[in-house]
Formats: sequence, structure tokens, C-alpha cells
Amino acid sequence: MTNPNNISLNISHALEFIDGHALNIPTLKILSEDGEILDGATAPELDKDTALRIYSTMRFIRLLDERMQAAQRQGRISFYMQCLGEEAAITASAAALKQEDMIMAQYREQAALHYRGFSLEQFMNQLFSNEKDLGKGRQMPVHYGSNELHYLTISSPLGTQIPQATGYAYGQKLKHIDAQSGELSSEIDNVTICYFGEGAASEGDFHAGLNMAAVHKAPVLFFARNNGYAISTPADEQFKGDGIASRGVGYGIKTIRVDGADTLAVYAATQKAREIAVTTGEPVLIESIAYRLGAHSTSDDPSGYRTKDEEAEFKSNCPVARFKAWLLKQGWLNEEEDEAQKDKIREEILAALKVAEKVQKPALEELVSDVYDTPIPALQKQYEELKEHIKQHPDAYPITAGRVK
Amino acid sequence: MAKMNMLHAINSALDITMAEHPQACIFGEDVGYFGGVFRATSGLQEKYGKHRVFNTPLTEQGILGFANGLAAFGAPALAEIQFADYIFPAFDQIVNESAKFRYRSGNEFNVGNLTIRTPYGGGIAGGLYHSQSPEAYFAHTPGLKLVVPRNPYQAKGLLRACIKDDNPVIFFEPKRLYRASTGEVPEGDYTIEIGKAEVVKEGKDVTVLAWGAQMEIIEQAAAKAEEAGISCEVIDLRSILPWDVETIAKSVTKTGRLVISHEAPITNGFGAEIAATIQKECFLHLESPIERVCGLDTPYPLALEKEYVPDALKVFAAIKKSVEF
Ligand SMILES: Cc1ncc(C[n+]2csc(CCOP(=O)(O)OP(=O)(O)O)c2C)c(N)n1
Repeated sequence: MTNPNNISLNISHALEFIDGHALNIPTLKILSEDGEILDGATAPELDKDTALRIYSTMRFIRLLDERMQAAQRQGRISFYMQCLGEEAAITASAAALKQEDMIMAQYREQAALHYRGFSLEQFMNQLFSNEKDLGKGRQMPVHYGSNELHYLTISSPLGTQIPQATGYAYGQKLKHIDAQSGELSSEIDNVTICYFGEGAASEGDFHAGLNMAAVHKAPVLFFARNNGYAISTPADEQFKGDGIASRGVGYGIKTIRVDGADTLAVYAATQKAREIAVTTGEPVLIESIAYRLGAHSTSDDPSGYRTKDEEAEFKSNCPVARFKAWLLKQGWLNEEEDEAQKDKIREEILAALKVAEKVQKPALEELVSDVYDTPIPALQKQYEELKEHIKQHPDAYPITAGRVK
Repeated sequence: MAKMNMLHAINSALDITMAEHPQACIFGEDVGYFGGVFRATSGLQEKYGKHRVFNTPLTEQGILGFANGLAAFGAPALAEIQFADYIFPAFDQIVNESAKFRYRSGNEFNVGNLTIRTPYGGGIAGGLYHSQSPEAYFAHTPGLKLVVPRNPYQAKGLLRACIKDDNPVIFFEPKRLYRASTGEVPEGDYTIEIGKAEVVKEGKDVTVLAWGAQMEIIEQAAAKAEEAGISCEVIDLRSILPWDVETIAKSVTKTGRLVISHEAPITNGFGAEIAATIQKECFLHLESPIERVCGLDTPYPLALEKEYVPDALKVFAAIKKSVEF
């Protein structure tokens, strides 16, 4: 029978409604809080080098976050956002990808970028919007991006990257099209991962992106970071139903929910999701359940909307400590070396901060470049007038005046 | 009278509205218990309950769609968009729906009860996405009203007028001034008429015009000009749609010169509309070309914000240019 409605026809004579929570999706957990593989769970294949790289990334990001949070308090940078509590979710998911896979992030995913190789200096240059910043000092701190590392530059409007990820992933798939026959290859090289918060999942872009990916079969891994809050709004004022995962199911997308503080579970889930995407060309949704341990950003004060008790309860479930416990048990890590390493990294961060802080701001020209491929006449004229104005009043524009010719 | 900053003044206007109408609702991202990221709605959920002051899911399109429906029902809908930069996901609901509700239904339905509040503008080191002034996009849309206050007193009186107005209104709040600007504000109710500009300072050589946060800048420029012996008439447009052609034309007829300043990019900014209209109205009285001091035709930058913005020095330069033409 043809089925124009595209549903599984399953006739019932009982007047029953399906409850919003009826799906009751399970949460994959592999590692116990003290670093043991749980009964019945299977650890993913994770070699020592990758495991240590994941761990050192998480540790680095913690230290960077800590230092830059303080730098903002000292007025040295204008804004900062930490990924405290979500280090495992972000790092392990990024580690399960190939270096050439595309990352489209929201803004709290610095660990994924560092895993890819974004250096301490590059972080600092962006945070201080100096002339070495790849983004040319145009965006607020933490809006990183790197073409070389396949990490799309962050945009502040939430959710906009979600349908973009669908389009990009579709392109990755079309790379394998046979121009003659118009047939697609059954295997593809690369996928796109798209990170977003449970808050951003309320945007229209989320629905558009998932629906398009499902219908047009784009190999994109949607990674929803459900961390309990969108600024002050708790998840129960954000959505009803069974998490973000249930929406994936609703769109006909293969879906899994993982414990986002469990490095092994996130790694296993993402590795499998990637395999599905490259072999079927279809999207997958991963919902990571973690807790946003820190403030939303340095402009936020969570004491206004959540209790110290609540924060303390989740602080005990530290993703970094959990993974470290496992590494220690594996004999892959040693406590003294780890401590010594931490001090060294702290020093490096402080040194890099001091350097980046002194690098000069971008030249005046960067104000008008990249608006178009070349400045249009009106803009060119505005730029000439601005230069004249600055030359006449150099004291008022100390950042650029000295370099205006 | 009480000393208030702009956030208190806005809060007071909302409070009066909530007390006045049992179905009035305030909603938007984080506006509930937390009082909004700028705290403009502080204390209102405690006072009026969760059914009337509430957090919405993170969807501007949803907020405005919901607001249109609520206003069509007849309840005062007081929607907040967290930053004007994020009003664009709601653009369709505002431009195609709010603005045309009355017209397309032959006045069978309307959303006159809708007021959209949104912080706009730069000067807070916010870069591209926390600094935009999108008023011109909406000024191209018949059916909307657009209002921008310059200080706490204006904010309260104008917001109350927007809420009482029987049309959908976007109220752009200059976020740079939220806490920076304080002044005497009556605790009780009052309104300031929409569509009327205010002559803030009289003068005879040149008319200098702006709105919102840019008022502070043109007042500084006017003060510099006074020192240089140029007498400026300073006008706050206050309402962008409808706008007060008469007051501006009268002033320009007197001074013969006009300098307009806004933060948004110059091309097709609202200054362009003013320049075209005043050029027609005052053609025979103009002594020099109308000058515009605006943002460049680029997105709002971060590191070079000082270079980008139409500051007092640039406005002063334009005043001199206009007078010396
Ligand atoms: C379209 C849009 N609306 C509003 C904002 C302001 N804003 C920035 S972050 C944020 C909350 C995001 O929450 P969530 O997506 O859950 O991510 P989390 O911060 O929890 O990691 C809001 C409302 C924005 N950046 N973009």
C-alpha cells in the first residue's frame, strides 16, 4: 500500500494519547564516578596516546578557563566563557572525529578547538583582539575560528550554525558524487559535528536544520549539550518532553543520550555516530547530559537563580577527575607528573597572556576589509574620510593614529 | 519624583502596566525570576506571578509569534528581545505579521496591544552581535511604530505611551545608558506623546539631530561648537516612525543647516530618509548640504570601535563643515 503520509500505519481501536515523556530514552554511561568500568558496560577502543591527549586537553582548558576568568575580573579582557563541567563532553566528542571533519560550535567548545591544535598563543590573540587574531579583532572574546583546523568561526546568534551544518555536511557527501551517473558513493570521508545548547535547541533554526538533515540525508552529527541552564533559564522552562533526544527521534534521526561527564561514554557514542554517518550518509543526534558548573559567562551571576547546594551537588561529579581516576588505574598517568605539568601550564598561560596583551590592535584598514571581497566605492570613500579625520585628531584615536598614512 | 536610572524607569512603567491590566504579560528570555540579563524586569515576577511574567524558551520567532497571538486576543503583550541583534529571527513575525495584522484583516483583528522592548546600540565592547542599531529595517515597514528614549524620564513616559498606543511598537532601549544615565523620574504614571521630537536646546546656526544614546554625543559636540562660537539647536527625534517632520523642518528653516547623527551604518540608515524629506521641505532655506555622521558601512567592530562610532569629535567636525560651507 502506498503511504502518502509517510507514517508507520499501526491501527488502534483504543482512544489513547502518547505522553510527552513516553519515549524515556536511556543515558549511556560507561565509567563510574571513581573511574571504574561499570558492570555490563564496554569500554570503547581508546589507545593510550588518544586518552592522554583527551586528558591533557581537558586539563589545559580548565587552567585556561580559570586564568582567563580571572583576567576578565581584573579588567584585562572584556568577556569570557568557561566550559567548566562539560570538558569531557566536548573533548571526547572532538577526539572521536577525524582532523578534517568540520566543527560548527556554539561558543563553549574551546576544548574541541584546542584538541585540534589551536595554540595557546592563538587563544590569547583572539581574547585580546590584537592584530594577530585570526578574526582580526572584530568579535568578542571566545568567538574563535580556524579554517586550517576546520573549525567554523563562532557567530553569536544562537542556533544559526545548525542548518548551516546540514548544508555543509551535504556538501561533504556530494564531494563523492559521480558526475557521470549522478550516483553517490556509499562511503564518505568526512562529516560535520554541530554543537549547541539545549537552549539553542528552541530556536527555529534547530527545527529547520534537523528536518533538512533528516529529509535530505546529510552526514551531520548534532551534538546537543544539555547542561541544565540557558543563562538563568532552567531546562524545565526551556522544553517539555524527554530532553532534546526525543526531538531527534521525532525528526526520524538516529539518536543517543550520553552522560556528558563520562569521557568514555561520549567517546564511544560519537565514534559510533560518526561510523553511522559515514556509512549511511545520514545524520545522528547525540544529547550530552552534564551540568554547567560555572556561570553562563563573566556577565552572569548564577547566585541569582540557583542555590549553592545545587552547585555543590554537581561539583562532586567532575568529568576531569572521573577520567583521571580511570587513567591512573590504567597506569597511564602519574599523580606527581600531573601536578608538575599543571604548574608548568599555568606559567605558560600567564606568559602568553602577557605577550598577547601587548601586541597592538589591528590596523585601521581592518575596519573596512572583508566586508566584501574588496571594499565597495561608498565604503572606500568613508575610509578615506575617516583617515583624514584621524590624521587631524591623532590624540583622540591613539590605537590607530600612529599607523595611518 | 525619585532618582532613577533607565532600568528603574522602565521597570516602573512595566509595573504600572501590570497593575493596570490583569491580563498584561511580560515575557522573553531570562525575564522571569532573574529579571532579564539587564534586570529591567526585576521583582515583577514576585509581584505578578509566573503566569504573567515568565521566561520563554530561547526562540525570538516564538516570542513574537506568541506575542502577536496574545495581543490579538486583547491582552497587553510586553515582549522582550534580549538584544536588538537577536530580533532578526523574529523579523518575519514582526514585519509580515505584527505590522500587517490590522491592514490585511480589514481591521477585523489587530495587535495594537503589542510592545516589543529591546536593548540596542554600541559602546559596551560587544562587537558585531551585541551592538547593532537595526531601527532602519523596521522603519521601512508600514504598520509599526518605533520609539527610542534618551534618558530615564523619557524612557518611562515614552514606554507608557507605547504600551497605551493602539499599534504594535518597538521600543529600542539604549543599553549603554541603562545604568549610566540617572535622573528625576515621577513615581506615578505619565506619558510622552509618540511622534513628537523634542527641542532639547535652542540655537540659531545649525540644527543637530539624533535619538537615543547618540543624543549624549551630539550634546557634547554642540557644547564644543558653542565654545567655537557656533550656536546649535539640539533636537531629540524620540520617535522614528512616525517621525516629526514639522519640528525638524521648522528648526532647519530657522538655522538653514542640519547635521544628523546615528550609530547605524550610513547607507540607508534612517538619516537618509530625514535628509531626503528635509531637503524637500526646506530647500530654499538650506545654506549647506545636510550632513550625516553615522556608523560606517561595515558590521559593528570590536577592537576599532572608537574609530567606527560617530563620536562627538566627528559630529563637531560635521557641524563646522556645515557652518563653513
Ligand atoms: C538568537 C539569540 N538570542 C539570544 C542570545 C543571547 N544568549 C546568549 S547565550 C544564551 C543562552 C544559551 O543557552 P544554551 O544554548 O543552553 O547554551 P549554554 O550557555 O547553556 O551552554 C542566550 C539567551 C543569542 N546569543 N542569540
